[in-house]
Amino acid sequence: MAESSLVQIKGIRDGLLVSLGEAAWPVAQRALLERIESQPEFFKGARLSLDVGAQALRAADLTALRDELSERGITLWAVVSTSPVTENTAQLLGLATRLFKPSPQRQSLSRASDRNVSPAKGLDDETALWVSKTLRSGTRIEYDGHVVVFGDVNPGAEIIAGGSVIVWGRLRGFVHAGARGNRQAVVCALDLSPTQLRVADEIAIPPRRSGKPQPEVVRLKDGLLQAEPWQPS
Amino acid sequence: MTGTVVTITSGKGGVGKTTAVANIAVALASEGQKVVCIDGDIGLRNLDVIMGLENRIVYDIVDVVEGRCRTRQAMIRDKRLPELFLIPAAQTRDKNAVSPSDMVRLCDELRGEVDWILIDSPAGIERGFRNAVAPADRVLIVTNPEMSAVRDADRVIGLLEAEEKPAPSLIINRLNPSMVRRGDMLSVDDVYDLLRIDVIGIVPEDENVIVASNRGTPLALDGKSKAGQAFRNIARRLNGEQVPFIDLESQSLWDRLARLAGRK
Repeated sequence: MAESSLVQIKGIRDGLLVSLGEAAWPVAQRALLERIESQPEFFKGARLSLDVGAQALRAADLTALRDELSERGITLWAVVSTSPVTENTAQLLGLATRLFKPSPQRQSLSRASDRNVSPAKGLDDETALWVSKTLRSGTRIEYDGHVVVFGDVNPGAEIIAGGSVIVWGRLRGFVHAGARGNRQAVVCALDLSPTQLRVADEIAIPPRRSGKPQPEVVRLKDGLLQAEPWQPS
Repeated sequence: MTGTVVTITSGKGGVGKTTAVANIAVALASEGQKVVCIDGDIGLRNLDVIMGLENRIVYDIVDVVEGRCRTRQAMIRDKRLPELFLIPAAQTRDKNAVSPSDMVRLCDELRGEVDWILIDSPAGIERGFRNAVAPADRVLIVTNPEMSAVRDADRVIGLLEAEEKPAPSLIINRLNPSMVRRGDMLSVDDVYDLLRIDVIGIVPEDENVIVASNRGTPLALDGKSKAGQAFRNIARRLNGEQVPFIDLESQSLWDRLARLAGRK
Protein backbone atom coordinates (compact mmCIF):
# COMPACT_ATOMS: atom_id res chain seq x y z
CA MET A 1 0.00 0.00 0.00
CA ALA A 2 1.24 3.46 -0.75
CA GLU A 3 2.57 5.29 2.27
CA SER A 4 0.31 8.30 1.74
CA SER A 5 -2.88 6.29 2.03
CA LEU A 6 -1.66 4.59 5.20
CA VAL A 7 -1.30 7.80 7.14
CA GLN A 8 -4.09 10.37 7.12
CA ILE A 9 -3.61 13.58 9.06
CA LYS A 10 -6.26 16.02 10.10
CA GLY A 11 -6.28 19.03 12.42
CA ILE A 12 -8.77 18.83 15.29
CA ARG A 13 -9.51 21.00 18.29
CA ASP A 14 -7.09 19.08 20.49
CA GLY A 15 -4.17 18.94 18.04
CA LEU A 16 -3.56 16.50 15.23
CA LEU A 17 -5.58 13.39 14.51
CA VAL A 18 -3.65 10.73 12.64
CA SER A 19 -5.57 7.81 11.18
CA LEU A 20 -3.53 4.75 10.28
CA GLY A 21 -4.82 2.50 7.53
CA GLU A 22 -5.16 -1.26 7.68
CA ALA A 23 -1.66 -2.71 7.62
CA ALA A 24 0.50 -4.81 9.90
CA TRP A 25 1.42 -2.71 12.93
CA PRO A 26 5.18 -2.48 12.22
CA VAL A 27 4.38 -1.26 8.68
CA ALA A 28 1.83 1.29 9.87
CA GLN A 29 4.14 2.52 12.62
CA ARG A 30 7.05 2.88 10.21
CA ALA A 31 4.86 4.76 7.74
CA LEU A 32 3.87 7.19 10.50
CA LEU A 33 7.45 7.79 11.62
CA GLU A 34 8.61 8.28 8.03
CA ARG A 35 5.84 10.78 7.46
CA ILE A 36 6.91 12.67 10.59
CA GLU A 37 10.54 12.62 9.55
CA SER A 38 9.64 14.11 6.17
CA GLN A 39 8.13 17.18 7.88
CA PRO A 40 9.82 17.46 11.29
CA GLU A 41 9.01 21.17 11.63
CA PHE A 42 5.30 20.60 11.09
CA PHE A 43 5.11 17.92 13.78
CA LYS A 44 7.45 19.38 16.40
CA GLY A 45 5.61 20.12 19.65
CA ALA A 46 2.36 18.61 18.35
CA ARG A 47 -0.28 16.93 20.48
CA LEU A 48 -1.14 13.82 18.58
CA SER A 49 -4.15 11.56 18.76
CA LEU A 50 -4.01 8.33 16.88
CA ASP A 51 -6.83 6.34 15.30
CA VAL A 52 -5.50 2.80 14.85
CA GLY A 53 -8.73 1.22 13.61
CA ALA A 54 -9.04 -2.39 14.67
CA GLN A 55 -5.36 -2.98 15.51
CA ALA A 56 -4.96 -4.94 18.76
CA LEU A 57 -2.01 -3.29 20.50
CA ARG A 58 -0.26 -4.32 23.70
CA ALA A 59 1.49 -2.06 26.19
CA ALA A 60 4.89 -2.74 24.61
CA ASP A 61 3.66 -1.52 21.18
CA LEU A 62 2.12 1.67 22.49
CA THR A 63 4.91 2.58 24.89
CA ALA A 64 7.48 2.04 22.12
CA LEU A 65 5.56 4.33 19.78
CA ARG A 66 4.97 6.90 22.52
CA ASP A 67 8.71 7.00 23.26
CA GLU A 68 9.57 7.25 19.54
CA LEU A 69 7.18 10.17 19.22
CA SER A 70 8.42 11.80 22.38
CA GLU A 71 11.98 11.67 21.02
CA ARG A 72 10.70 13.70 18.06
CA GLY A 73 9.08 16.27 20.36
CA ILE A 74 5.55 14.95 19.85
CA THR A 75 3.13 14.17 22.67
CA LEU A 76 0.84 11.20 22.18
CA TRP A 77 -2.25 11.89 24.26
CA ALA A 78 -5.02 9.77 22.78
CA VAL A 79 -5.42 6.45 21.02
CA VAL A 80 -8.76 5.64 19.46
CA SER A 81 -9.50 2.10 18.43
CA THR A 82 -12.35 -0.29 17.86
CA SER A 83 -10.29 -3.05 19.45
CA PRO A 84 -11.08 -3.54 23.16
CA VAL A 85 -7.50 -4.75 23.70
CA THR A 86 -6.03 -1.52 22.39
CA GLU A 87 -8.57 0.58 24.25
CA ASN A 88 -7.74 -1.19 27.47
CA THR A 89 -3.98 -0.77 26.89
CA ALA A 90 -4.40 2.93 26.17
CA GLN A 91 -6.46 3.45 29.31
CA LEU A 92 -3.89 1.66 31.43
CA LEU A 93 -1.17 3.90 30.02
CA GLY A 94 -3.19 6.97 30.92
CA LEU A 95 -3.97 7.90 27.32
CA ALA A 96 -7.37 9.27 26.34
CA THR A 97 -9.58 6.95 24.28
CA ARG A 98 -12.33 9.41 23.37
CA LEU A 99 -11.53 12.54 21.44
CA PHE A 100 -14.26 14.80 22.76
CA LYS A 101 -15.25 14.57 26.36
CA PRO A 102 -18.33 16.61 27.14
CA SER A 103 -18.97 17.73 30.71
CA PRO A 104 -21.19 15.39 32.76
CA GLN A 105 -24.29 17.62 32.53
CA ARG A 106 -24.03 18.12 28.79
CA GLN A 107 -23.34 14.47 28.36
CA SER A 108 -26.52 13.29 30.03
CA LEU A 109 -28.63 15.98 28.34
CA SER A 110 -27.32 15.50 24.84
CA ARG A 111 -27.30 11.74 25.14
CA ALA A 112 -30.88 11.62 26.38
CA SER A 113 -32.28 13.86 23.66
CA ASP A 114 -30.00 13.40 20.65
CA ARG A 115 -29.36 9.74 20.86
CA ASN A 116 -32.85 8.78 21.79
CA VAL A 117 -31.86 6.65 24.76
CA SER A 118 -34.77 6.77 27.11
CA PRO A 119 -33.63 6.76 30.72
CA ALA A 120 -36.27 4.35 32.00
CA LYS A 121 -35.86 1.79 29.27
CA GLY A 122 -33.50 -0.46 31.23
CA LEU A 123 -30.28 -1.97 30.05
CA ASP A 124 -30.06 -1.99 26.30
CA ASP A 125 -26.61 -3.36 26.33
CA GLU A 126 -26.11 -6.46 28.43
CA THR A 127 -22.41 -6.85 27.74
CA ALA A 128 -19.95 -6.50 30.61
CA LEU A 129 -16.26 -5.75 30.88
CA TRP A 130 -14.33 -8.09 33.15
CA VAL A 131 -11.40 -6.47 34.96
CA SER A 132 -9.46 -8.96 37.06
CA LYS A 133 -7.00 -6.67 38.78
CA THR A 134 -6.81 -3.83 41.23
CA LEU A 135 -7.36 -0.47 39.59
CA ARG A 136 -4.72 1.90 40.88
CA SER A 137 -4.75 5.69 41.04
CA GLY A 138 -4.81 7.26 37.58
CA THR A 139 -6.49 4.33 35.84
CA ARG A 140 -9.70 5.20 34.02
CA ILE A 141 -12.05 2.58 32.65
CA GLU A 142 -14.79 3.74 30.30
CA TYR A 143 -17.22 1.19 28.99
CA ASP A 144 -20.70 1.34 27.51
CA GLY A 145 -21.97 -1.83 29.20
CA HIS A 146 -21.48 -3.10 32.75
CA VAL A 147 -18.15 -3.28 34.51
CA VAL A 148 -17.12 -6.05 36.89
CA VAL A 149 -13.91 -5.58 38.88
CA PHE A 150 -12.34 -8.54 40.59
CA GLY A 151 -9.97 -6.55 42.81
CA ASP A 152 -9.94 -3.16 44.51
CA VAL A 153 -10.68 0.24 43.05
CA ASN A 154 -8.13 2.50 44.72
CA PRO A 155 -8.56 6.22 45.41
CA GLY A 156 -7.76 8.15 42.24
CA ALA A 157 -9.05 5.41 39.91
CA GLU A 158 -12.20 6.04 37.84
CA ILE A 159 -14.84 3.80 36.32
CA ILE A 160 -17.40 5.26 33.93
CA ALA A 161 -19.94 2.66 32.85
CA GLY A 162 -23.07 2.80 30.73
CA GLY A 163 -24.57 0.10 32.94
CA SER A 164 -23.92 -1.14 36.47
CA VAL A 165 -20.64 -1.57 38.31
CA ILE A 166 -19.81 -4.48 40.58
CA VAL A 167 -16.62 -4.47 42.62
CA TRP A 168 -15.59 -7.69 44.26
CA GLY A 169 -13.20 -5.93 46.57
CA ARG A 170 -12.86 -2.49 48.09
CA LEU A 171 -14.28 0.46 46.23
CA ARG A 172 -12.41 3.61 47.25
CA GLY A 173 -12.15 5.45 43.96
CA PHE A 174 -14.72 7.16 41.71
CA VAL A 175 -17.58 5.35 39.98
CA HIS A 176 -20.16 6.67 37.55
CA ALA A 177 -22.76 4.04 36.70
CA GLY A 178 -25.48 4.63 34.14
CA ALA A 179 -23.31 7.35 32.62
CA ARG A 180 -25.61 7.69 29.60
CA GLY A 181 -28.63 8.35 31.72
CA ASN A 182 -29.62 4.84 32.80
CA ARG A 183 -31.28 5.39 36.19
CA GLN A 184 -31.70 1.64 36.81
CA ALA A 185 -27.93 1.14 37.08
CA VAL A 186 -26.56 0.01 40.44
CA VAL A 187 -23.16 0.02 42.11
CA CYS A 188 -22.20 -2.75 44.49
CA ALA A 189 -19.02 -3.53 46.35
CA LEU A 190 -17.84 -5.73 49.18
CA ASP A 191 -16.53 -2.64 50.93
CA LEU A 192 -18.19 0.48 49.65
CA SER A 193 -16.23 3.61 50.58
CA PRO A 194 -15.86 5.54 47.31
CA THR A 195 -14.49 9.07 46.95
CA GLN A 196 -17.61 9.93 44.99
CA LEU A 197 -20.44 7.99 43.38
CA ARG A 198 -22.68 8.88 40.46
CA VAL A 199 -25.64 7.07 39.01
CA ALA A 200 -27.03 8.71 35.86
CA ASP A 201 -26.92 12.43 36.74
CA GLU A 202 -27.16 12.07 40.53
CA ILE A 203 -24.04 12.63 42.59
CA ALA A 204 -23.36 11.42 46.12
CA ILE A 205 -20.41 11.82 48.44
CA PRO A 206 -20.70 8.98 50.90
CA PRO A 207 -20.05 9.72 54.58
CA ARG A 208 -16.92 8.33 56.15
CA ARG A 209 -17.76 5.19 58.02
CA SER A 210 -15.97 3.05 60.52
CA GLY A 211 -16.43 -0.48 61.73
CA LYS A 212 -16.43 -3.72 59.85
CA PRO A 213 -17.13 -3.28 56.13
CA GLN A 214 -20.09 -5.14 54.65
CA PRO A 215 -21.28 -5.67 51.08
CA GLU A 216 -23.61 -2.91 49.93
CA VAL A 217 -25.69 -1.96 46.90
CA VAL A 218 -26.29 1.62 45.83
CA ARG A 219 -29.29 2.48 43.67
CA LEU A 220 -31.44 5.46 42.85
CA LYS A 221 -34.59 5.62 44.97
CA ASP A 222 -36.96 8.59 44.82
CA GLY A 223 -34.31 10.61 43.04
CA LEU A 224 -31.70 9.97 45.75
CA LEU A 225 -28.74 7.64 45.85
CA GLN A 226 -29.23 5.16 48.66
CA ALA A 227 -26.92 2.47 49.97
CA GLU A 228 -28.37 -0.74 51.37
CA PRO A 229 -26.41 -3.49 53.05
CA TRP A 230 -26.61 -6.80 51.25
CA GLN A 231 -28.65 -9.38 53.18
CA PRO A 232 -28.67 -13.08 52.48
CA SER A 233 -32.28 -13.89 51.77
CA MET B 1 29.61 -9.66 35.36
CA THR B 2 25.98 -8.76 34.64
CA GLY B 3 24.90 -5.85 36.73
CA THR B 4 21.35 -5.35 37.91
CA VAL B 5 19.65 -2.05 37.12
CA VAL B 6 17.60 -0.77 40.07
CA THR B 7 15.51 2.37 39.62
CA ILE B 8 14.35 4.29 42.69
CA THR B 9 11.24 6.36 42.06
CA SER B 10 8.19 7.70 43.91
CA GLY B 11 5.87 9.93 41.91
CA LYS B 12 5.79 12.53 44.68
CA GLY B 13 8.78 14.76 45.30
CA GLY B 14 10.64 15.12 48.58
CA VAL B 15 9.96 11.65 49.95
CA GLY B 16 13.64 10.66 50.05
CA LYS B 17 14.49 9.05 46.70
CA THR B 18 17.92 10.62 46.42
CA THR B 19 18.76 9.87 50.05
CA ALA B 20 17.71 6.26 49.49
CA VAL B 21 19.87 5.93 46.37
CA ALA B 22 22.94 7.39 48.10
CA ASN B 23 22.53 5.20 51.17
CA ILE B 24 21.76 1.95 49.37
CA ALA B 25 24.69 2.58 47.02
CA VAL B 26 27.05 3.21 49.95
CA ALA B 27 25.77 0.10 51.74
CA LEU B 28 26.23 -2.12 48.67
CA ALA B 29 29.68 -0.71 47.97
CA SER B 30 30.85 -1.19 51.55
CA GLU B 31 30.03 -4.88 51.17
CA GLY B 32 32.57 -4.95 48.36
CA GLN B 33 30.18 -4.76 45.42
CA LYS B 34 30.85 -2.53 42.47
CA VAL B 35 28.14 0.10 42.19
CA VAL B 36 27.41 2.98 39.87
CA CYS B 37 24.67 5.54 40.63
CA ILE B 38 23.09 7.53 37.84
CA ASP B 39 21.38 10.81 38.68
CA GLY B 40 18.32 10.89 36.41
CA ASP B 41 17.14 14.29 37.61
CA ILE B 42 18.57 16.33 34.75
CA GLY B 43 18.21 20.04 35.46
CA LEU B 44 17.80 19.57 39.22
CA ARG B 45 20.71 17.42 40.21
CA ASN B 46 21.12 16.53 43.87
CA LEU B 47 22.73 13.14 44.18
CA ASP B 48 26.24 14.58 43.80
CA VAL B 49 25.63 16.91 46.75
CA ILE B 50 24.28 14.19 49.03
CA MET B 51 27.24 11.97 48.15
CA GLY B 52 29.65 14.86 48.66
CA LEU B 53 31.07 14.65 45.12
CA GLU B 54 29.82 17.93 43.71
CA ASN B 55 33.25 19.50 43.24
CA ARG B 56 34.62 16.55 41.26
CA ILE B 57 32.20 16.73 38.35
CA VAL B 58 33.83 17.16 34.94
CA TYR B 59 31.47 15.33 32.58
CA ASP B 60 27.81 14.41 33.09
CA ILE B 61 25.23 12.03 31.66
CA VAL B 62 24.30 14.37 28.81
CA ASP B 63 27.96 14.51 27.76
CA VAL B 64 27.98 10.70 27.65
CA VAL B 65 24.75 10.48 25.67
CA GLU B 66 25.79 13.18 23.22
CA GLY B 67 29.19 11.57 22.74
CA ARG B 68 31.39 14.31 24.22
CA CYS B 69 33.10 11.82 26.51
CA ARG B 70 33.38 8.10 27.14
CA THR B 71 31.18 6.59 29.86
CA ARG B 72 34.27 5.88 31.99
CA GLN B 73 35.20 9.56 32.01
CA ALA B 74 31.85 10.57 33.46
CA MET B 75 32.05 8.02 36.29
CA ILE B 76 33.22 9.85 39.39
CA ARG B 77 34.88 7.60 41.93
CA ASP B 78 33.64 8.05 45.51
CA LYS B 79 36.17 9.55 47.91
CA ARG B 80 35.59 6.89 50.59
CA LEU B 81 34.61 3.73 48.74
CA PRO B 82 36.74 2.79 45.72
CA GLU B 83 34.03 0.52 44.29
CA LEU B 84 31.38 3.28 44.19
CA PHE B 85 30.85 5.58 41.20
CA LEU B 86 28.47 8.37 40.28
CA ILE B 87 27.36 9.54 36.85
CA PRO B 88 25.96 12.99 37.62
CA ALA B 89 23.06 14.71 35.89
CA ALA B 90 23.55 17.86 33.84
CA GLN B 91 22.42 20.95 35.66
CA THR B 92 21.99 23.21 32.65
CA ARG B 93 19.81 20.99 30.45
CA ASP B 94 16.37 19.45 30.83
CA LYS B 95 14.88 15.95 30.83
CA ASN B 96 14.52 15.91 27.04
CA ALA B 97 18.29 15.88 26.61
CA VAL B 98 18.17 12.12 27.28
CA SER B 99 15.74 9.56 25.86
CA PRO B 100 14.57 6.21 27.24
CA SER B 101 16.60 4.39 24.58
CA ASP B 102 19.74 6.37 25.55
CA MET B 103 19.26 5.13 29.12
CA VAL B 104 18.86 1.53 27.97
CA ARG B 105 22.04 1.79 25.89
CA LEU B 106 24.02 3.37 28.73
CA CYS B 107 22.89 0.74 31.24
CA ASP B 108 23.62 -2.12 28.83
CA GLU B 109 27.15 -0.80 28.53
CA LEU B 110 27.54 -0.52 32.33
CA ARG B 111 26.04 -3.94 33.07
CA GLY B 112 29.24 -5.60 31.90
CA GLU B 113 31.38 -3.60 34.31
CA VAL B 114 29.54 -3.34 37.63
CA ASP B 115 27.29 -5.37 39.95
CA TRP B 116 24.68 -2.68 40.55
CA ILE B 117 23.41 0.29 38.60
CA LEU B 118 21.19 2.49 40.76
CA ILE B 119 19.13 5.13 38.99
CA ASP B 120 17.76 8.11 40.91
CA SER B 121 14.49 9.02 39.20
CA PRO B 122 13.12 12.56 39.27
CA ALA B 123 9.69 13.17 40.81
CA GLY B 124 6.71 13.06 38.48
CA ILE B 125 5.54 10.61 35.85
CA GLU B 126 6.74 12.36 32.69
CA ARG B 127 9.83 12.05 30.52
CA GLY B 128 12.36 11.95 33.37
CA PHE B 129 10.46 9.13 35.06
CA ARG B 130 10.21 7.19 31.81
CA ASN B 131 13.94 7.65 31.19
CA ALA B 132 14.72 6.30 34.64
CA VAL B 133 12.38 3.33 34.41
CA ALA B 134 13.16 2.23 30.83
CA PRO B 135 16.29 0.17 31.62
CA ALA B 136 15.16 -1.09 35.06
CA ASP B 137 15.40 -4.74 36.10
CA ARG B 138 13.96 -3.83 39.47
CA VAL B 139 12.06 -0.80 40.68
CA LEU B 140 11.98 0.44 44.27
CA ILE B 141 9.22 2.86 45.14
CA VAL B 142 9.87 5.24 48.03
CA THR B 143 6.88 6.57 49.92
CA ASN B 144 6.20 8.31 53.23
CA PRO B 145 3.45 7.22 55.61
CA GLU B 146 1.29 10.06 54.38
CA MET B 147 -1.84 9.92 52.21
CA SER B 148 -0.62 12.06 49.32
CA ALA B 149 2.69 10.19 48.97
CA VAL B 150 0.91 6.84 49.10
CA ARG B 151 -1.57 7.97 46.45
CA ASP B 152 1.26 8.96 44.11
CA ALA B 153 3.04 5.68 44.78
CA ASP B 154 -0.15 3.87 43.78
CA ARG B 155 -0.24 5.83 40.52
CA VAL B 156 3.37 4.92 39.76
CA ILE B 157 2.74 1.23 40.51
CA GLY B 158 -0.20 1.37 38.09
CA LEU B 159 2.00 2.89 35.37
CA LEU B 160 4.66 0.23 35.89
CA GLU B 161 2.02 -2.50 35.67
CA ALA B 162 0.70 -0.98 32.45
CA GLU B 163 4.19 -0.97 30.97
CA GLU B 164 4.59 -4.59 32.01
CA LYS B 165 7.65 -3.91 34.17
CA PRO B 166 8.64 -6.40 36.89
CA ALA B 167 6.69 -5.96 40.14
CA PRO B 168 8.18 -3.11 42.20
CA SER B 169 9.13 -3.21 45.88
CA LEU B 170 8.30 -0.60 48.48
CA ILE B 171 10.46 1.48 50.83
CA ILE B 172 8.47 3.22 53.53
CA ASN B 173 10.62 6.16 54.51
CA ARG B 174 10.37 8.53 57.50
CA LEU B 175 8.18 6.41 59.69
CA ASN B 176 7.73 7.95 63.12
CA PRO B 177 6.83 5.07 65.48
CA SER B 178 5.52 7.28 68.28
CA MET B 179 3.20 9.15 65.89
CA VAL B 180 1.94 5.83 64.58
CA ARG B 181 1.26 4.69 68.15
CA ARG B 182 -0.74 7.84 68.82
CA GLY B 183 -2.72 7.20 65.64
CA ASP B 184 -1.42 10.39 64.01
CA MET B 185 0.45 8.68 61.17
CA LEU B 186 -0.38 5.89 58.73
CA SER B 187 1.11 2.62 59.91
CA VAL B 188 3.09 0.20 57.76
CA ASP B 189 -0.07 -1.90 57.66
CA ASP B 190 -2.18 1.01 56.39
CA VAL B 191 0.30 1.69 53.59
CA TYR B 192 0.58 -1.98 52.67
CA ASP B 193 -3.18 -2.31 52.74
CA LEU B 194 -3.54 0.14 49.85
CA LEU B 195 -0.46 -0.61 47.77
CA ARG B 196 -0.16 -4.38 48.23
CA ILE B 197 3.39 -4.74 46.96
CA ASP B 198 6.40 -6.37 48.57
CA VAL B 199 7.93 -4.20 51.33
CA ILE B 200 11.73 -4.16 51.06
CA GLY B 201 12.48 -1.60 53.74
CA ILE B 202 11.09 0.52 56.54
CA VAL B 203 13.20 3.54 57.44
CA PRO B 204 12.49 5.45 60.64
CA GLU B 205 12.45 9.23 60.67
CA ASP B 206 15.89 10.43 61.74
CA GLU B 207 17.16 13.99 61.90
CA ASN B 208 20.69 12.75 61.27
CA VAL B 209 19.64 12.16 57.66
CA ILE B 210 19.53 15.92 57.11
CA VAL B 211 22.85 16.47 58.86
CA ALA B 212 24.39 13.70 56.76
CA SER B 213 23.13 15.06 53.45
CA ASN B 214 24.41 18.53 54.29
CA ARG B 215 27.81 17.02 55.01
CA GLY B 216 27.76 14.81 51.93
CA THR B 217 28.38 11.65 53.96
CA PRO B 218 25.46 9.22 53.62
CA LEU B 219 24.26 7.79 56.94
CA ALA B 220 24.73 4.18 55.92
CA LEU B 221 28.49 4.82 56.27
CA ASP B 222 28.31 4.97 60.06
CA GLY B 223 27.14 2.15 62.24
CA LYS B 224 24.99 3.86 64.82
CA SER B 225 21.82 5.43 63.41
CA LYS B 226 18.68 3.37 62.91
CA ALA B 227 17.98 4.94 59.52
CA GLY B 228 21.46 3.99 58.34
CA GLN B 229 20.89 0.46 59.60
CA ALA B 230 17.55 0.32 57.76
CA PHE B 231 19.23 1.33 54.48
CA ARG B 232 21.96 -1.27 54.97
CA ASN B 233 19.24 -3.87 55.48
CA ILE B 234 17.60 -2.83 52.20
CA ALA B 235 20.92 -3.36 50.43
CA ARG B 236 21.24 -6.83 51.95
CA ARG B 237 17.67 -7.71 50.92
CA LEU B 238 18.47 -6.56 47.37
CA ASN B 239 21.28 -9.10 47.48
CA GLY B 240 18.74 -11.79 48.27
CA GLU B 241 19.44 -12.10 52.02
CA GLN B 242 16.57 -12.61 54.44
CA VAL B 243 16.96 -9.81 56.98
CA PRO B 244 14.41 -9.24 59.74
CA PHE B 245 12.94 -5.74 59.99
CA ILE B 246 14.43 -3.57 62.78
CA ASP B 247 12.47 -3.26 65.98
CA LEU B 248 11.20 0.31 65.95
CA GLU B 249 10.52 0.25 69.72
CA SER B 250 6.87 -0.65 69.89
CA GLN B 251 5.97 -4.28 70.40
CA SER B 252 2.75 -4.11 68.42
CA LEU B 253 4.50 -2.55 65.44
CA TRP B 254 7.15 -5.24 65.58
CA ASP B 255 4.45 -7.87 65.40
CA ARG B 256 2.98 -6.19 62.37
CA LEU B 257 6.35 -5.92 60.63
CA ALA B 258 7.06 -9.58 61.26
CA ARG B 259 3.69 -10.41 59.78
CA LEU B 260 4.44 -8.23 56.76
CA ALA B 261 7.76 -9.91 56.14
CA GLY B 262 6.01 -13.26 56.24
CA ARG B 263 3.46 -12.14 53.66
CA LYS B 264 5.90 -11.76 50.80
